[in-house]
Amino acid sequence: MSAADMSSFKPASAIRLRVPYALLTLIALLIVWQVAVMVARLPDYLLPSPATIITSLYDLSGLLVYHTWITLVEVVLGFIVAFLVAVPLATLICYSKLFERSVYPLIVGSQTIPKVAIAPLLLAAFGYGLVPKVTIVALMAFFPMVINTVVGLRSVSQEMIYLSQSMGASPMQQFFRFRMPGALPSMFAGMKMASVLAVIGAIVAEFVGSNNGLGYVITVAGSNFRMDQQFAAIVVLSALGTVIFWIIGLIERRALPWHKPTQDGGH
Amino acid sequence: MLNSTRSGNFISIEGVSKTFPTRKGNVLALSQIDLGIKPGEFVSIVGPSGCGKSTLLMILAGLIPSSGGVVHVNGRDITAPSADIGIVFQRDVLLEWRTALENIVLQAEIRKMDKKAATERAMQLLDMVGLKGFENAFPHELSGGMRQRVSICRALLHEPPLVVMDEPFGALDALTRDQLQLDLLKMWQKSGMTVVFITHSISEAVFLSDRVVVMSPRPGRIEEIIDIDLPRPRRLSMRETPKFAGYAHQVTSIFKTLGVLREGDDE
Repeated sequence: MSAADMSSFKPASAIRLRVPYALLTLIALLIVWQVAVMVARLPDYLLPSPATIITSLYDLSGLLVYHTWITLVEVVLGFIVAFLVAVPLATLICYSKLFERSVYPLIVGSQTIPKVAIAPLLLAAFGYGLVPKVTIVALMAFFPMVINTVVGLRSVSQEMIYLSQSMGASPMQQFFRFRMPGALPSMFAGMKMASVLAVIGAIVAEFVGSNNGLGYVITVAGSNFRMDQQFAAIVVLSALGTVIFWIIGLIERRALPWHKPTQDGGH
Repeated sequence: MLNSTRSGNFISIEGVSKTFPTRKGNVLALSQIDLGIKPGEFVSIVGPSGCGKSTLLMILAGLIPSSGGVVHVNGRDITAPSADIGIVFQRDVLLEWRTALENIVLQAEIRKMDKKAATERAMQLLDMVGLKGFENAFPHELSGGMRQRVSICRALLHEPPLVVMDEPFGALDALTRDQLQLDLLKMWQKSGMTVVFITHSISEAVFLSDRVVVMSPRPGRIEEIIDIDLPRPRRLSMRETPKFAGYAHQVTSIFKTLGVLREGDDE
């Protein structure tokens, strides 16, 4: 039986149980970790136990909230900048042959540049403030948004275009009634990918040069051999990433009630 | 047939040809098509895949330009996408983000028709095709047959004088297909519209039409036009009559002569 067959025969209760199962597995892993650290008597600067990490999470909570806020602002601003550039650009690429031929290959080609490597350049150019961080976040988030928007806008079928023409639709109507709504699922997929990359971008920027944000906390804790604090920051960071991802998913489900996400194993 | 007088004909296609540029030079897809269709007539075009019948339909709708010849519909030259038309494709081309009713009413929205009257008419059409109660269903909640019914309603909403259908039932199962043929004939008889219907199926063409246009393989030419003198309204039982079999045999023989159909023991 193939995977597709399995999913179509899966009762709804199995899907609901998936989350608790994952949670139980996580708890089991944490217990193994805790026991291993205790039995092997590992020092905290090598590998702190989950209990130690939870303690430092609690001790540092005020500080972590402040630095999370800094990182969150960088991520959100960079994400918005990327979106505002990516969507009009993708539309131009989709409508103009000239743009497609002159700009699109450069965008795709530019992805071979590791953006981590240009972070120091941007910091040198823009200083230690918010601007270089937002720029790096935007650069990271930009690519999946452009690509997925282009793919989405192009996914409209020839018949659909014919249909709109036979109705006498203007180019604007054709775009907003036929093309754009059909591109939204792909755009949301791009935004989810972008959200993950945006968080990475913010952390990298903070690593390279910053005096606040979660990346800064990790750097400082590392240089003080406070692995427990590093882990605490990482926990917060992954929670941040998860929440952003989840919020985009929530907006997607609200905005596209007609869309069946593929992981539901629909048609 | 060759000297079709323009008077009395709702559609007149004169000397229409179409060539497509390919890397190996121009390919002739349609060669010197002459066809006159009277108002309110139901005409089917049958032919093998690649004979250019869909191309002819798209030229008739003004959606692709011909390479030579003229097309008049209702006394007007067709040089641009015609808006006085309803189109149904093999794929239903429903907008996934709109409910069944919204998909049908889209036709009115684009044409800036009165929304309330359009909604009323859409509900009547849904009722006629047996989809009462499904008006608020999204396309992904409907079966293939139901989706195609919605797309037929959409094509008929604005009461177009001409409806062109490109293998609309080609992807449906036999029972659904029979039902939709009957529904279509009922709606056609009520409205007085002219229908140009493309199909692969000989029996479908004979069952539905006043005349069947038989086309040859590429380059597409009209091989023969057969008048179908079966009483209306058509009944499914007519398909078992000798007269029906005679028409089907006539079309089949043409395809055998053309080499489109080959029986093993002939050779």
